Amino acid sequence: MELTGEQAQRWILCFQEKIEKNKAYLSDLDQAIGDGDHGSNMYRGVQAVKEKLNELEDPTTEEVLKTTAMALISKVGGASGPLYGSAFMQMAKTAKETTELPELIQAGLEGIKQRGKAELKDKTMVDAWAPVAEALTNGTFSNDTIDQAVEDTKPLQAKKGRASYVGERSIGALDPGAVSSGYLFTALVEEVLK
Amino acid sequence: MSLGVVIASHVDKIAEGAYQLLKESAPDVSITYAGGTDDGEVGSSYEKIEAAVNQQTAETIYCFYDLGSAKMTLDMVSEMSDKNIKIVDAAFIEGAYTACALIQGDYKEEEIDVQLKPLQVK
Repeated sequence: MELTGEQAQRWILCFQEKIEKNKAYLSDLDQAIGDGDHGSNMYRGVQAVKEKLNELEDPTTEEVLKTTAMALISKVGGASGPLYGSAFMQMAKTAKETTELPELIQAGLEGIKQRGKAELKDKTMVDAWAPVAEALTNGTFSNDTIDQAVEDTKPLQAKKGRASYVGERSIGALDPGAVSSGYLFTALVEEVLK
Repeated sequence: MSLGVVIASHVDKIAEGAYQLLKESAPDVSITYAGGTDDGEVGSSYEKIEAAVNQQTAETIYCFYDLGSAKMTLDMVSEMSDKNIKIVDAAFIEGAYTACALIQGDYKEEEIDVQLKPLQVK
């Protein structure tokens, strides 16, 4: 299915609401295995995104994705800025060719992998994005895909980012980036796929 | 001099302090720095790092960073810039200090690269 500009705008604004609501929870998750700023960093980013998106009138899909990328890159401040920023930037580039949702999410995943050099099972955002991209492509995507992907980060030992410093202690904790990515995909279900 | 150094830190005072230290041994080297987020909080700022790169008078720039997200932001700035940007995964202060001292001493890029190699820790 294709993602229209109007759907993209509603999707990202819904993501903003979810980050706002769960800001403290995300930081708590990050406190356990990282530096405890994921919630506040993401909140700062999505606030900037909201402002910029609200300025757009009747935008194209590419415009929404690119605006989101630029605001996240310049405002987040932590590693999730370049990572989410690269995801949306790759999606924006792909949207010039196609606005098919599976292709867009796949492009976002490639953007994250390229920027963060993470692979599957490294306990990062990739572990949320990869199963979602795959399920969208295969037509098997559901809410369970998201919940399962996020939950599956728990037993993993972190190989990338600040969480990798605590080694085995990262086992048993949810990855905050995977959780915030889960909100992004839940927002997609609520605003676009419902 | 066509070689310069950019410092990217998560904290403005760390970046300023590193600059102060480096200038001491390399007064003639083009050294620019970026620290903290746009609001002066802990983090990295695309705009600040981009500004530090653009303020460079050198064409080839050695970039040193403290933590991973500053590196990723440097990567993004580097992709957008026409300058020759070398992001060095060396110990932050030791690497920057070594590069500055060698640039000040008119060492060539290849020689500097060799000296920076054993300082790689990330």
